[in-house]
Amino acid sequence: MPESVENNAGVPPMHVLTHMHSRHPFVFLLSAGLLWTLVYSNLPSAAGALTAALPLNPSGHLAEAIRFLLYEAPKVLMLLTAVVMVMGMINSWFTPEKTRSLLAGRHEGVGSAMAATLGIVTPFCSCSAVPLFIGFVQAGVPLGVTFSFLIAAPMVNEVALTLLFALLGWKVALLYLGLGLSIAIVAGWVIGRLHMEAYLEDWVRNMARVDPGYVPEKLGMAERLNAGFKAVKEIVGRVWPYVVAGVAIGAGIHGYVPQDFMAGLMGSESSWWSVPASVLIGVPMYSNAAGIIPIVEALLDKGAALGTVLAFMMSVIALSLPELVILRKVLKMRLIAVFVGIVASGILLVGYVFNAVL
Amino acid sequence: MKQIKVLGTGCRSCQLLVDMIAETAKGKCISIELEKVEDIQEILRYGIMSTPGVVLDGEVVHSGGMPAKSTIESWLQ
Repeated sequence: MPESVENNAGVPPMHVLTHMHSRHPFVFLLSAGLLWTLVYSNLPSAAGALTAALPLNPSGHLAEAIRFLLYEAPKVLMLLTAVVMVMGMINSWFTPEKTRSLLAGRHEGVGSAMAATLGIVTPFCSCSAVPLFIGFVQAGVPLGVTFSFLIAAPMVNEVALTLLFALLGWKVALLYLGLGLSIAIVAGWVIGRLHMEAYLEDWVRNMARVDPGYVPEKLGMAERLNAGFKAVKEIVGRVWPYVVAGVAIGAGIHGYVPQDFMAGLMGSESSWWSVPASVLIGVPMYSNAAGIIPIVEALLDKGAALGTVLAFMMSVIALSLPELVILRKVLKMRLIAVFVGIVASGILLVGYVFNAVL
Repeated sequence: MKQIKVLGTGCRSCQLLVDMIAETAKGKCISIELEKVEDIQEILRYGIMSTPGVVLDGEVVHSGGMPAKSTIESWLQ
């Protein structure tokens, strides 16, 4: 509580900058972008120089772990801040109400594809899953399309994609994006085909329909910048300890844990059950992308198979026990079971395909 | 007396918002009737799609995320 009060108070050195961003938002964006690029491109040499200045054996485990931490932690946090800032601004165009009006009355195939894509740019928090679900259904968004959104929104988000890009490269990030969207679209389509409307709780089905009409708010560039700042304060403010802790754990594994151990547990040489086992371990775990990805990186670094690790990560983020408990208020058990079953099968398939192809 | 309802199913920001409103009112020595609505069906009656939501004298004034401190102050005016 005291923390959030402090956050709201203006910090004196920032005063000049905050003044500038409201008067000349475009100039502010450009100069902030340039400064960011300058600092970001100099991170590797700075980390190397700092580590070299320490009284350590430069080729030892400890020096390697420290160099990893000094480079990775600022790198990931800077990328995250930049992406969350930009996404915060984009989010101000796509409120849940607007997304709903875009999806209402769509047919299932196209609707699911749109819903999954909109899931990336619409702000979503799993504690809002129920009001959002009801809002969609009430406005006549088909059940399958609603599920496509509900699967894509937490799984394919800017934090997950940024961290994958920062730690594993653009190929893995792009692959995750494509596969995450595919799972959301196909699962939504299947749920739509199964005609499971009867398994909504009775009070949900009996609710009055609402008109999805939507009047967009008129926002200026300065207000969108403010929305970006707010997102950075909320999201980066919340996840940075996980990122640092995750990178530190990664640094620990980087320097110390023997390669054979992880490779034996999750590696490409391990048996067929390693993918389902990872999913089974992942579902009850509840973590955001920020908490899980640095661990994912460390696992891969030590020879764990990419498909197995991605399946683990997807099941942690996309299927979480707390969200299922909340959804139970609007869905009957059977529909929840179908939802979990379809998404888990999709994730399994992704794991096996990746392991087979790569 | 102003009547404020905070709508939320029990996530962290919802509780945080209740505390913030209570504290702001106390700091300004304004007495308000503050209620936290956790029942999902009642929340949905207000037609919001993201929580926490805030209802001021029967009218929805906020939904989704934490409002700025200045916004909370403007509700209490």
